[in-house]
Amino acid sequence: MIKDFFLRGLGAGAVAGLLAGLFGFLVGEPFIDQAIAIEEAAAGAGHSHADELVSRGGQAFGLFLATTLYGLVIGGLFALAYAFVKGRFGPANEQTLAVTLAAGGYLAIVLVPFLKYPGNPPAVGDPETIGQRTVLYVVMLVIGLLALGAGAVIHRRFGWVAAVPAFLVIVGVAYAVLPAIQEVPQEFPAVLLWNFRVSSLGMQAVLWGVLGSVFALLSARRPVRV
Amino acid sequence: MSQISSSPSIPVRNLLPWSAAVPVLLIVAYLVTMDSAGLLASSGDFLHELMHDGRHLLGVPCH
Repeated sequence: MIKDFFLRGLGAGAVAGLLAGLFGFLVGEPFIDQAIAIEEAAAGAGHSHADELVSRGGQAFGLFLATTLYGLVIGGLFALAYAFVKGRFGPANEQTLAVTLAAGGYLAIVLVPFLKYPGNPPAVGDPETIGQRTVLYVVMLVIGLLALGAGAVIHRRFGWVAAVPAFLVIVGVAYAVLPAIQEVPQEFPAVLLWNFRVSSLGMQAVLWGVLGSVFALLSARRPVRV
Repeated sequence: MSQISSSPSIPVRNLLPWSAAVPVLLIVAYLVTMDSAGLLASSGDFLHELMHDGRHLLGVPCH
């Protein structure tokens, strides 16, 4: 039953989101705090965190809320994608398929857009261009998914030797064609930017890694009859 | 191959009803990660600010 997959995906996604939130809280929050200190020192730049609707403590709690909701969404979509690709694409073994699909999702939904339009800490980014940056980010994410789908189709017929180059060409052309965005202030600390971005990728890796693993574990414990 | 390896595909007609869940999930994703444009500007400011750190760390454009 597809419902079993779906509930399994939501459950695995919630666990993945909570653990990603924990990772973000322990690893990422200090960098956000440092960036906010820089933002507030540069008076008047961007939006101010001083007169807050939500306190910094509230935002730390909000981190868990955001990652858990995000995990639920990704888990649900993951489950439906899994139900579709099962028996059509990828490894025949269901657990291997779950982990492979999670790796594919991380690649297409996180890495592909991130390498072109990386996440930024507070104090980086011009509020004027948020609309444009959001559109470009979503376009890059969709291209990542299309490239992954194309790769899966080509892999089934011609194997890795054709699938990997096809994926890379699609993503590479998009990287070359779409406009670059450079909004990091000259004086923003490079180390802080690097640390923040690595922690961001790390948090997403926790989310997708846990999602794939938990989903695979649940598949092993109780296979779904279709 | 063990039994778990033989995974039959699910017919598309069985999957189709579940595609209705996709827009719902995407709306939740939108509310968490985007809404910087402020579609929910009046009521959404609170949620937007609440999930501020999550959005930054998830790597989506924030502000």
